[in-house]
Amino acid sequence: MLNWWLPENVSTYGKDIDWLFHLIYYITGVTFILVAVTMVAFLWVYRDRPGRRARYTHGSTPLEIAWTVVPALILVVLTLLSVPAWSKIKMTQPDTDFEVLVTAKQFNWQMTYPGADGKFGTADDKTLLDEMHVPVNKVVRVILKSQDVIHSFFVPQFRMKQDAVPGREIRQWFEATRPGKYELPCAELCGFGHSGMKGWIYVHTPDDYAKWAAENLTAEEKK
Amino acid sequence: MSATSAAAHAHVEHAGHHELGFVRTYIFSTDHKMISRQFLFLGLFMMILGGLLALVVRWQLAWPETPVPGLGGLLKETGGVLEPGQYNMAFTMHATIMVFFVIMPILAGSFGNFCIPLMIGARDMAFPVLNMLSFWVTASAGLIMLVGFFVPGGHAAAGWTSYAPLASVVEYSGVNWGQNIWCISLFIMGIGSMMGSINYITTIINMRAPGMKLFRMPLVVWSLFITAILLLLALPVLTSGVAMLLFDRWLGTSWFRPSGGGEPLLWQHLFWYFGHPEVYILILPAMGIASEILPVFARKPIFGYHAMAFSMIGIAFLSWIVYGHHMFVSGMNPALGMAFTVTTMIIAVPSAIKTFNWLGTLWGGRIQFTVPMLNALAFVSMFVIGGLSGIFMASTPVDIFIQDTYFIVAHIHYVVFGGSIFGAFAAIYFWFPKMFGRMTNVALGHLHFWPTFVFFNLTFFPMHIIGVGGQMRRIYNPMQYEFLQHQQHWNVVITIGALGLGISQIPFVINFFWSLFAGKKAPLNPWNSTTLEWTAPSPPPHLNWGPTLPTVYRGPYEYSSPESKEDFLPQTAPPVHAGARRH
Repeated sequence: MLNWWLPENVSTYGKDIDWLFHLIYYITGVTFILVAVTMVAFLWVYRDRPGRRARYTHGSTPLEIAWTVVPALILVVLTLLSVPAWSKIKMTQPDTDFEVLVTAKQFNWQMTYPGADGKFGTADDKTLLDEMHVPVNKVVRVILKSQDVIHSFFVPQFRMKQDAVPGREIRQWFEATRPGKYELPCAELCGFGHSGMKGWIYVHTPDDYAKWAAENLTAEEKK
Repeated sequence: MSATSAAAHAHVEHAGHHELGFVRTYIFSTDHKMISRQFLFLGLFMMILGGLLALVVRWQLAWPETPVPGLGGLLKETGGVLEPGQYNMAFTMHATIMVFFVIMPILAGSFGNFCIPLMIGARDMAFPVLNMLSFWVTASAGLIMLVGFFVPGGHAAAGWTSYAPLASVVEYSGVNWGQNIWCISLFIMGIGSMMGSINYITTIINMRAPGMKLFRMPLVVWSLFITAILLLLALPVLTSGVAMLLFDRWLGTSWFRPSGGGEPLLWQHLFWYFGHPEVYILILPAMGIASEILPVFARKPIFGYHAMAFSMIGIAFLSWIVYGHHMFVSGMNPALGMAFTVTTMIIAVPSAIKTFNWLGTLWGGRIQFTVPMLNALAFVSMFVIGGLSGIFMASTPVDIFIQDTYFIVAHIHYVVFGGSIFGAFAAIYFWFPKMFGRMTNVALGHLHFWPTFVFFNLTFFPMHIIGVGGQMRRIYNPMQYEFLQHQQHWNVVITIGALGLGISQIPFVINFFWSLFAGKKAPLNPWNSTTLEWTAPSPPPHLNWGPTLPTVYRGPYEYSSPESKEDFLPQTAPPVHAGARRH
């Protein structure tokens, strides 16, 4: 059912997140149904009828232990299952030679490519507004900065979200698995223009990307 | 202890000699029951405002950039169409008002004041004058908050979380005085809350009636005791935080501004260090209320009294070390995020314990579907949904996707509307006879409850769906995003639900005021309940009981006990000895 609702996933780690999402969905779904059915059944069976007295009991220690331990175990397992994906997505940075510096500002995404020398802050840097072009199946490092307030870099189809914080440089990564055009909204309230602050990420095949890069990133140098 | 009761005694005799004037009785009253009513009226009045703001927000999201009905006169330049800045202001103030000026005044302020002395057998709060000040300080804070709507530039528009530097630098938000007033109002509100919490804690520790041991206290008193401790420790952090925000805005300090050496994340740490205990401040009293009402109308002792009390204590401890789950994608060290996942998962356990004990209370009961009971049952079932959706967020990888989406909005509303507000309605219907001496109208009560329950779910359940679809919070127009356009019909459904939810409150307002003046006179103990407040007259006079205070002989939930022929054994009934039994 969630597949109808979740946007399509096109990143490598997105499937880890979706798997956890579904797991929790089924665990909580089953729990909810059990609790709801029990409650409705109790409300029906134990409704007030003349001539019956309520059961006089103050509780049950074995039951208390059971319903403390069972949820605790399920939650510990969920925690352990969450660790690998979190560590892969946020705590490790795969090696890559493809870096884009993203500087957020009210209300745009500025995407800076390092140019031919591979270094930021040099004359051959190339900056695009609200669009990023990347090759498919390639680890892309995003170096996130903000020039004014906090913004959040959100690509729903990549299952990627990270706040851009002024004064900080935050490294993130993604690897897209299918060429296409993906929306990049800002997910953190950033002022009156917050709604509508968005960019596009174009994922190209390697050939298309090379063509695009030749035309747009290196073309000007030849002049 | 003996000194205070002697003083109270003297006070009782003294009070008999002269009547207090109008002002001392109704306005600057030191009577905890009058202060309780004042908090209730403050909260209900602000709820109307907060609710209308929510409807404005919903209108914009369902039918973006069309004139909002009724706002044509206010927004003349646009003919009633909301502008993005005004939209931001509407949701910011909706949340600010609902959290600080509706739920806190009603649950902690009103029912804290009403229940604590009456249910532990005290004549009043430990510090009646401080209690009075607590209300008037809070009311002033509310008044100041309202002034913000009338200043140039509009009210605060940086979200109720007011993240710096958007909220700390005027140029970034374009809001000057609105945000200042927001800070000043919350600063003052923090002082009022501190006065109240000190009073609650002192009263509960020192002024319990003879025989009222800690573990004979009703669970609602336990919940208010724990809430007061959280208020005492959490609110000052917000109070200092908003002062720092104001210093950044006015005095040129750089707490949160990186160019001056500050750190924007510091605000989030301060805010959520307050903010997460705050969530429990909003929900714990409602948990207490449900634990109070379920036994009365199931005619059964609460299941697992000690487990209920200790799980609340557990929640209170853990609530200090889970706040980082609001900041998983904020730029906080991801290793720290992992630690917060562990604590966040653990805090779900006491909530689970409570839920199972509520079910245990229903098991084998003799359930009477009165209006307060229906609201308490709605609390339990809706809190289950809100609790379960929280598990999604506790899992850090899943949170990456759902952080800042409508899934979060759905979750918070299942907890604070499905939880706290249904708890508040349950409490109002339950204690109204004692508070005002008149019964509420049952038919109107049902006419309020059923549509509220249905429209509540129609409003907030689909928010999970659009949240999973990726719709962000706090956006002005979902149609600006291609990936959201296919689910816009849900926004229309939600808004229709919200309008229905608003209309469903009309029977409540009618019932409240009609019953206040024309309701049937309430007997001493209309629900055949065991706790102490039902031994005082309805409504209780100043100082609550006559010359002698009640003496407590047993726990608070002795329903259907084999010791008595009736199906309830009040806390004040002396023990029946085997030899003395006549039948």
